[in-house]
Amino acid sequence: MKNKNTYWKTNLKYLVILLSIWFSVSFGFGILMVDQLNQIQMAGFKLGFWFAQQGAIYLFVILIFVYIYLMNRLDQKFKNKV
Amino acid sequence: MELQYWIWIAVGLSFTLYIAIAIISRASSTGEFYIAGKGVPPIANGMATAADWMSAASFISMAGIISFNGYDGSVYLMGWTGGYVLLALLLAPYLRKFGKFTVPDFIGDRYYSNVARGVAVFCALIVSFTYIAGQMRGVGVVFSRYLEVDITTGVLIGMLIVLFYAVLGGMKGITYTQVAQYCVLIFAFMLPAIFISLMVTGNAIPQIGFGSSGSDGVYLLDKLDGLHRELGFHEYTSGKKSTLDVFLITAALMVGTAGLPHVIVRFFTVKKVSDARKSAGWALLFIAILYTTAPAVAVFSRTNLIETVSNKAYASLPEWFNKWEATGLITYEDKNQDGMVQYLADPKINELKVDADIMVLANPEIADLPNWVIAIMAAGALAAALSTAAGLLLVISSSVSHDLIKKMIKPDVSEKGELIAARLSAVGAVMLAAYFGINPPGFVAATVALAFGLAAASFFPAIVMGIFSKRMNKEGAVAGMVVGILLMLFYMTKFKFGWFGGGTEKDWWFGISPEGFGSFAMMVNFIVSITISNFTPEPDTEIQKLVENIRNPDED
Repeated sequence: MKNKNTYWKTNLKYLVILLSIWFSVSFGFGILMVDQLNQIQMAGFKLGFWFAQQGAIYLFVILIFVYIYLMNRLDQKFKNKV
Repeated sequence: MELQYWIWIAVGLSFTLYIAIAIISRASSTGEFYIAGKGVPPIANGMATAADWMSAASFISMAGIISFNGYDGSVYLMGWTGGYVLLALLLAPYLRKFGKFTVPDFIGDRYYSNVARGVAVFCALIVSFTYIAGQMRGVGVVFSRYLEVDITTGVLIGMLIVLFYAVLGGMKGITYTQVAQYCVLIFAFMLPAIFISLMVTGNAIPQIGFGSSGSDGVYLLDKLDGLHRELGFHEYTSGKKSTLDVFLITAALMVGTAGLPHVIVRFFTVKKVSDARKSAGWALLFIAILYTTAPAVAVFSRTNLIETVSNKAYASLPEWFNKWEATGLITYEDKNQDGMVQYLADPKINELKVDADIMVLANPEIADLPNWVIAIMAAGALAAALSTAAGLLLVISSSVSHDLIKKMIKPDVSEKGELIAARLSAVGAVMLAAYFGINPPGFVAATVALAFGLAAASFFPAIVMGIFSKRMNKEGAVAGMVVGILLMLFYMTKFKFGWFGGGTEKDWWFGISPEGFGSFAMMVNFIVSITISNFTPEPDTEIQKLVENIRNPDED
């Protein structure tokens, strides 16, 4: 019972952290703060525009693979103990 | 060699491949028909999901839409990719652990009620049908443009192909044809994009290319912003939609993606829970290749178009212009009779109308690429439309044969009987879809985008709370789904079809467009579910055990 709870709580912790990053980059950088970030130029891109059309998508991919890594590690740790 | 021969070769070869795969991997049990016997490796499932997900709209229309809307087009880019994060983190692993056949299966079992199952079947059918009609139409358009047959013949050819491999192969056949279709469509999309990026910027990677400068040393995006200002359009890199609306549309598309039954069901086909997470990651990676290239294609073709036509003499325009004019997708009207093309934002003096769809399809011709590249584009567009149609078809047939017949109407049906029913309902669904493809009702185009709102307003909250809250009961979930989907249907029919008194943009609630309203309806669904479940009895221990079990990745 105790193992089960720790496993689930760790999973929830990962979810909260990763989804906060997911939200701040897409909705934060790409939409809510886009005008401020557009003041910054990165090569030919305005930064806010870049996040909305490129950066957010790269980050989504990275976030899922980080989650896969974290959960595989967690599964190993709790294998047959949950 | 003639373009027409190249096209027949490319399309013919790719179709032969799909049919051969379907024959090799045909389904022999309901498990294989619905979920490919749970034996699909994660990378293959990722490719199949990507092909399933990327429809004719992603392949043909999206870059064009971005190209005309600039920053505002970001809602599609973020909305249709960000949903995979929600899928991978909140849904896929748990639904795979649950391990049944369909989404209504989960809703019906978790909320211990056939009412809930029925509501879920209804939502799945509405969402899938609006979507599939659009796909059959896309098949017809591509056939008629490239193979020079009429749209009806095009739809019928497409229908026969899909029918053949979906009915024979079920999920197992579809999965492996989708893997092949992904390879065809991504190659077809990337090849012209890389060529054009090289031509315009000297950089072979389009994602970097559109942030660099052309031969005149000016950054491409700065140049485009300047052109837009000159012609009176809003700046390319900033939008004209309100921030609230952009926010809500993006959210509705993301959540809708995560709630689409034909996407979710793909995660039922892998061996174990960790494979479900992995396939979501692969799927998004494969999708991201096209989705990060599309905005670059949008910028290249937008700049190309303006520079080629704006203030040029009509008589001196290149050959592709007249060719596409013949299809009616480009129209030119010389309002001031000066023989020049005035392409301007002001509708009163603008003389040129360009359909968003041709930006991708005409690209190889605009860039003067060899004929075989154009032929591959045709095969790619067909792969995109067929793969999505097949995935949707399977959801429709399993909703009817499994959820309606097996679980609700005639539980004692044998496995053989169920398999026959599944195949027959697939046949019925294709014929209905083909009918809508040939006689498209005016609302199809308008509702495809809204299918996401419907999925967001109905499925997503019920599934997420079914996993993350043990307290959520059938009363709460059913009320939430019913209120959510009705509210969304009401708002979309009111403002899109003028029912319930209709209304214009000024009458939108809080300035929310129908496309973004799915987010609002989803919030209402959550609030209604939580409130009602607090006043009604909690689910019994059996269900709480089921939830515990879903959360635990170990196979028993």
